[in-house]
Amino acid sequence: MSNTTMAVRTTNTAARVQRTVIKTLEYLALLLACFIALLPIVSSFTTSFKTAEEYATSNAMDLPRNWLNFENYRQVWVDGEMLRAFLTSASVVVVVVVVSVMMGSMLAYVLNRFRFPGNGLIRNLFMIATLIPGIAMQVTTYDIMRQLGFLNSIVGYMILMSGTDVISIYIFLQYFENLDGALDESAVLEGCTYFGVFFKILLPLTKPAIITVAVLKGVGVYNEYYNANLYLQSNTWRTISTALYSFSGPFKSSYNIICAGVLLTLIPSLIVFLIFQKQVYAGLASGSVKG
Amino acid sequence: MSMTSTVQPDLRRKRINWQKVAVIVAFAVVPLFLLILFTYVPFVKMIQFSFYNMSYTKNKGFVGLDNYLRVFSKSEYVGAMLLSLYYMAGAVVQLALALFFASILSLERIRGGGVYKAILFFPFLVNGIAIGYIFKYFYTRGFVLDSVLQAIGFSLDSLPYWLRDQSVNNWSLVFTSVWKYCGQNMVLFIGAIASIDPTLYEAATIDGANRWQQFKAIILPGIKTVFMLNLILSITGSLSAFEPAYVVGSMGANGTATFFIKIHQMAHVSQKVGQACAMAMVLMALILIFTVLQRLFFRYVMKDSENTFNAKANKAKALW
Repeated sequence: MSNTTMAVRTTNTAARVQRTVIKTLEYLALLLACFIALLPIVSSFTTSFKTAEEYATSNAMDLPRNWLNFENYRQVWVDGEMLRAFLTSASVVVVVVVVSVMMGSMLAYVLNRFRFPGNGLIRNLFMIATLIPGIAMQVTTYDIMRQLGFLNSIVGYMILMSGTDVISIYIFLQYFENLDGALDESAVLEGCTYFGVFFKILLPLTKPAIITVAVLKGVGVYNEYYNANLYLQSNTWRTISTALYSFSGPFKSSYNIICAGVLLTLIPSLIVFLIFQKQVYAGLASGSVKG
Repeated sequence: MSMTSTVQPDLRRKRINWQKVAVIVAFAVVPLFLLILFTYVPFVKMIQFSFYNMSYTKNKGFVGLDNYLRVFSKSEYVGAMLLSLYYMAGAVVQLALALFFASILSLERIRGGGVYKAILFFPFLVNGIAIGYIFKYFYTRGFVLDSVLQAIGFSLDSLPYWLRDQSVNNWSLVFTSVWKYCGQNMVLFIGAIASIDPTLYEAATIDGANRWQQFKAIILPGIKTVFMLNLILSITGSLSAFEPAYVVGSMGANGTATFFIKIHQMAHVSQKVGQACAMAMVLMALILIFTVLQRLFFRYVMKDSENTFNAKANKAKALW
């Protein structure tokens, strides 16, 4: 065996050892990050199965004695009126998603397929709107909602949630750009109206964009809490967010009960995420490039 | 070439196509109305209100620039604005971590990479109010965080009250924000890295480039646009930070009230709408200045052209 092959072999082993060490460190970093991401949620999960006595005496990190103790869930479901809150949130999500999908796709169709004076102006109005930080205008938006009689009005809240979104329009606009115009042309030549082209031909073709917008918007509206707290203060219309917010009243610092409520609100998001993972990731990407 | 063939299309174009007008009006009027109602009207009102001493229901008269002068002269507001520095620091850490994990998950063959990605991303989907409770519980004396720290050798007496102690509580809040948004940033980076031509890595490996060199020479340039968008969003987000202080910090208690929390309280608790509008104007001006500066920086220093509604408008070919 010559010296050179020995040298090559040792550097190879050295390189392999180095790779293994790096790889191990990468796995450790990932595991640590996942531990940190999960710890707050998992500790709430374990706490939600503890009885009041157990909660008061055991350490926060101790596991519950009885994993089938659903008493906290029952209590938060009943006393926290969570069924009602879920139904309210569900109706808000459905209405806002349908309205956003319809408005976004219709406007994108018109802007993308028709040449008319004002096309550029409308695009500019929407583009400039992305530059104005919406959060800075909460104060005067409240004044408008007040004058429209939309305080404590679920309809007003739905309109507000549907009306302040540029991302869905942008996603549809991108989508229409990649839909071949030949389809529309032949349909119109065969006597189809522009309305017919949109509803019968194009809208069904935009299904991927519809799913993306629906998932993104749906999760966003379901989790929305700032406007919900501001505009839905009466007990009649409590979304999940406002219902959760009000827990600090009746359940004070009984975190074992509050954690049960928190976990219940996570379930819909988790289910949607597990089913539509790809769309969530893709939607984020197209949403973030709104420039 | 006859005359008619060139004239006819012009004549046809002049005839108004009423069906086209109908579809444009029917499809554009509602979104446009809502855009104006919820973006441009509040914008104009905000400018107007900022010069008045007024509540939502009573207007006590024009006060000129008084509201603005008060924003800059009260140390309370300047201090609240300076809290965004904590959030900016957090945003830098967050972007670095997101980029780090995105490159690991994209470049290395990680077993179960999708699972790690999903776990790191999930906090982004947690309801904000739920985050509030989760972290109030997490940070409570002797509870989750303290137990973990005790397990690795800290004594409880040496640990601060994470949400009450003013020397650490803003960092505690910033952490909740990093916890929520890091995975989302990471997903965006993973998407950007996935769009880079994979043969570049192969070529680089053959040329003997190590991972770090590949990262510098291939990934960083490839994700420039997404990186810069994330950076802009993080910085402007830091300026208007309110979520952690609102949900975890009990509406800005113990010196955690960010500038936006102050605006919120000024308008909805103190009912001084004019003053709140002046503060909002200052916030908006700062955000716009930061956004424009960063865009200019990227456009001229990095020679990067951006993808906007408008660029698309110029390119788009209308069908009808």
